[in-house]
Amino acid sequence: MSELKVERVWKEYGDQIVLEDVSLTVASRAFVALVGPSGCGKSTFLRMLLGQEQPTKGKILLDGQPLPAEPGPDRGVVFQRYSVFPHLTVLGNVLLGKEFSAARYKAKLFGTARRNVIEEARQLIADVGLAGCEGKYPAQLSGGMQQRLALAQALIMKPKVLLLDEPFGALDPGIRAEIHTLMKRLWHETQMTVVMVTHDMREAFTLASHVVAFERRRDRPEEKERYGATITKDISIWPPRLAGQSPVFSPDRDGPVASMGHRRDDLASSGEMQ
Amino acid sequence: MRWINTRPSRGAQFALMLLPFVLLALAYVFGSAARLAENANDKLLPSLAGFADAINRLAFVADQRTGEFLLWSDTAASLIRLLSGLSISTAIALLIGMLIGMLPYLRALLAPFIAVISMVPPLALLPILFIVLGLGETSKIALIVIGVAPTIIRDLALKALELPREQIVKAETLGGSSWQIGLRVVLPQILPRLITCLRLQLGPAWLFLIAAEAISSDSGLGYRIFLVRRYLSMDVIFPYVVWITLIAVVMNALLDRLRIAVFPWSELEKQA
Repeated sequence: MSELKVERVWKEYGDQIVLEDVSLTVASRAFVALVGPSGCGKSTFLRMLLGQEQPTKGKILLDGQPLPAEPGPDRGVVFQRYSVFPHLTVLGNVLLGKEFSAARYKAKLFGTARRNVIEEARQLIADVGLAGCEGKYPAQLSGGMQQRLALAQALIMKPKVLLLDEPFGALDPGIRAEIHTLMKRLWHETQMTVVMVTHDMREAFTLASHVVAFERRRDRPEEKERYGATITKDISIWPPRLAGQSPVFSPDRDGPVASMGHRRDDLASSGEMQ
Repeated sequence: MRWINTRPSRGAQFALMLLPFVLLALAYVFGSAARLAENANDKLLPSLAGFADAINRLAFVADQRTGEFLLWSDTAASLIRLLSGLSISTAIALLIGMLIGMLPYLRALLAPFIAVISMVPPLALLPILFIVLGLGETSKIALIVIGVAPTIIRDLALKALELPREQIVKAETLGGSSWQIGLRVVLPQILPRLITCLRLQLGPAWLFLIAAEAISSDSGLGYRIFLVRRYLSMDVIFPYVVWITLIAVVMNALLDRLRIAVFPWSELEKQA
């Protein structure tokens, strides 16, 4: 179980109110996409789920327990950039989490202990499609491969919740479609709860089980400081999607996302949303 | 073609690299020849033969008084001081720099203090060091440490702070403690910067070493230069200066090689 419950959360920086009265329940094994205009506090909200920032008012519960005040291994994360460590190879990046939990002082594994976890790491690297790249450094990988690596690195900790902050925003449309397929497969296999911030509407509706829209209810310049954004829409995709369950109807709808080129309603991938 | 797009070939690059050195040597040879033609006993610009003679005397003939080969014993004495000073600075800087860069409490405590300390002119402290630590090796090594360490500390702290916050947060979500993150995420990423920083600090380190040796010492490259200055022995001073420069250049190149060999990713990051 990994249910996230956000109860009447406010976030203020000094006089500036960023988020007001946000309440949201993310069911276990759900995939929630957070969408909204730039600067409406989606990323701030994600950072609060991560524990990197604290709500000014209200509380966030994970499985009924208040969230710890700092990031921890129960919540994995993939950022748009800087998610992998440039000084470690692909294998080293994936092993790091295991080494942190197994070797408290040396934070590094040697010999048999290392060989035992390498097997699991290699499996995961192959799962995200990076087999054969184990010895490469991130600088030798393309942007899409780096994000695949970041996913593998987060997944080795088997987090309850995976948080994604525009993880595929910087990728080309073709690469993005491939990584969407991967993301969907990983979500079904691991049965995690996923919360993703995105600008891309198509991405939100392709991947998510719920699309949650953040918006400022009052957005006149003189109101900007005192009124924050809040959740204005919470759309459940129908037929319902749930990690580990194939959809009842039209099972192929959740199959690979073919890139159909740019269309008029596809604002994000042509860059107009940015 | 625009000038900004014309590039020398490999051969031309090599020739261009050598050109300033050759010109400098030629200028010296002609200047020296002109002065010696006027006055055969001129000491200001000795001939190349004079240099050869002096180098032979210092490097390959034992000194009559001490029985030592002066160039080598001077080099050894200076290098021991320089390397001790640099190693102590490195150890201190790595520890304090990382603590300042990683822990907000220690940053609040130490960063302003180090910033002020690094503004104290080290040479102005030299008399104090001589008074407190005596005229031996300790005061000379201490001068190098005082001169070099604050700069390295500030640079490493900056580098540790520059690491993207995302990386640190990611490491936390992988279950890393402060110690583990320091050891596996921060330390390996500031070590290449440490080596680069050491290279840049070689100049100041030599400056402080020679200053200390000039004032009080009985051996060392700086001591020798300032000793023979009394006799206007340009034939000794010039080779010593060239020798010191050569040592510094080699150390600089070795450190860069070391960085690329030990941290290959730091070179990849640069190209990316």
